[in-house]
Amino acid sequence: MSIASASLDRARRPDGAINADALAADARREARGLFALLSPGLSLVFAVIIVPIGWLFWLSLFDEAGQLSAANYARFFEQASYIKTFVTTFKVAFFVTGASVLFGYPLAYMLSQLPRRAASICLIFVILPFWTSVLVRTYAWLVILQRKGLVNTWLMDLGVIGQPLPLANNFAGVAIGMTHIMLPFLVLPLYASMKSIDTDCLRAGMNLGASPSATFWQIFLPLSLPGLASGVVIVFVLCLGFFVTPALMGGGKVIMWAMRMEQTTSLYSNWGAGAALGVVLLGVTLALLGFFQWLLGARATGVWSRR
Amino acid sequence: MTKRLCIHGMAVAGLLASVAVPASAADTITVASWGGTYQEAQTKAFFDPTAKELGITIKQDTTNGLDDVRLQVTGNAVKWDITELGADECARGSKEGLFEKLDYNVIDKSGINPKLVHDDWVGISYTSVVLIYRTDVFGDKGPKTWADFWNVEKFPGRRALSGSQSTETLSVAALAKGIPIDKVYPVDIDGALQSVDKIRGHVDAWWTSGAQAMQLVKDGEVDMASIWNGRAGTLKKEGAPVSFSFDQGVLTADCMVIPKGSKNKDIAMKALAKFVSPDLQANLPLYVDNGPANEKAFETGKIPQDRIKDINSAPENVKKQVLQDPAFWRDTLVEATEKFNNLIQQ
Repeated sequence: MSIASASLDRARRPDGAINADALAADARREARGLFALLSPGLSLVFAVIIVPIGWLFWLSLFDEAGQLSAANYARFFEQASYIKTFVTTFKVAFFVTGASVLFGYPLAYMLSQLPRRAASICLIFVILPFWTSVLVRTYAWLVILQRKGLVNTWLMDLGVIGQPLPLANNFAGVAIGMTHIMLPFLVLPLYASMKSIDTDCLRAGMNLGASPSATFWQIFLPLSLPGLASGVVIVFVLCLGFFVTPALMGGGKVIMWAMRMEQTTSLYSNWGAGAALGVVLLGVTLALLGFFQWLLGARATGVWSRR
Repeated sequence: MTKRLCIHGMAVAGLLASVAVPASAADTITVASWGGTYQEAQTKAFFDPTAKELGITIKQDTTNGLDDVRLQVTGNAVKWDITELGADECARGSKEGLFEKLDYNVIDKSGINPKLVHDDWVGISYTSVVLIYRTDVFGDKGPKTWADFWNVEKFPGRRALSGSQSTETLSVAALAKGIPIDKVYPVDIDGALQSVDKIRGHVDAWWTSGAQAMQLVKDGEVDMASIWNGRAGTLKKEGAPVSFSFDQGVLTADCMVIPKGSKNKDIAMKALAKFVSPDLQANLPLYVDNGPANEKAFETGKIPQDRIKDINSAPENVKKQVLQDPAFWRDTLVEATEKFNNLIQQ
């Protein structure tokens, strides 16, 4: 019945009826043409991303005897240390992302407000450590933070503290080291997005009587959110896969997921044991990214539409 | 397990380029080891003399251990003809069928501990896990036994143990319970875990590489630690205020194998025979603190008398230590390591 009424509808629109089929065919042809243009890229993505990840997933389903089994996944529940490692990984990632925002936002804001020349000089100081090896920077932090390191020696010599602060070989050490490494990943996209904010918007706000702080909170901050969101996502996802810094700064007490993968891969004779860890991390990361997208994407869109 | 990270995690890239062997040699084999100063010592002690004597070229590479061999063999892309591994890795890889059978008509096994002579792998050198303490903290009255290390009232201070080498930490934990050195193996794993449970709250760092263990002691981050004798020796040579001895050490062996599918199996066999011969084995302690696997090396007269007392595998020192049993860990490693991780990561 509904089909009948639909065709009746079409019949009643004389001008559309003449061209509709031809137009639709044309549109389909164009879509096919565009798809053909995309296909080299798509097949590359398929070959270098989809296939290996599918293979990883496939491997994770086999136990040490080469039999199909859920043993690699069951291990997460049987061995307490896996859950613990997983929780630690996300705890570190959340903490480091939070700290990066706390330090990175004011820094990017300052950079965006400086005159161009001064800003480029300051940017060099952001980028320079970015070019230095992570290993080198992590060792440097160890020298600075450990029990007989610079910070503790100075503070004790000044009489500020009586006992050395536990800053290395624990969670604090990992968090400090990783925040330092992650900061440029937040600052650079944020700075770029802050520079692209139209200053006329700010002037217009002030012209209409908004105080400088109201201008910041109501205009600048919302407009910088898309940049902040991309920075946060980059930092968070990179944190999840960290190896070197927690391995060196954690004193064996902060075991993150990548470290566990290395241990598991060398402990078990089947690749599936390590592959399952990868699959789980990938799955949870994608789910979280989807969540971020939903949360931040929606807000950012709201901001733009308000403009 | 993952000794490769450990023995010399520091990069080795330059090594490959620097090893120049006469190019006239027709036959070429590739040997992989842990890199760093250890592999440099092996180059002088084993590889160069063998290449010269057999008229072959020995190319070098570095390994991360058993996973590398597994990757090459199962992926049908074997690029090494001989590779070094930890003895428990050899035992596990043998169970997985990753190695070629060795021909003991070519390789003379006399002088090598029978526990390290197998169908498809053979011992090559020894490392010891020893107790090190800082003399600026304890003078010469530091912890001498693992029971002392576990005694936090008598020896207050910061401690580090290996978190990555569960086999070694479980062995010292068994010793800490007062088990005599000849009764440690087979290890009572649950008993050893209980012993670890007692000390874990007092451990300030669980090291995962030899370099890290060394750094922790050197910088005074900890006052006592378990450490490999090579690293301990280096600290002492550098003038760090430390003391250690082979008493209650845990002697762990390294081994060499020919990965299954090696294209130069026969030459590799001859080269391996040279590596384990007393004559070349006696060269090793001249360059590094890892002792020879072949005890006949001590009869060659090549090793100076005053050096012998510092070598972990010298007969006098072997008596003081526990020999880690690779066959035991072959069958128990996975379960023991998971339990160990659950315990120390609580």
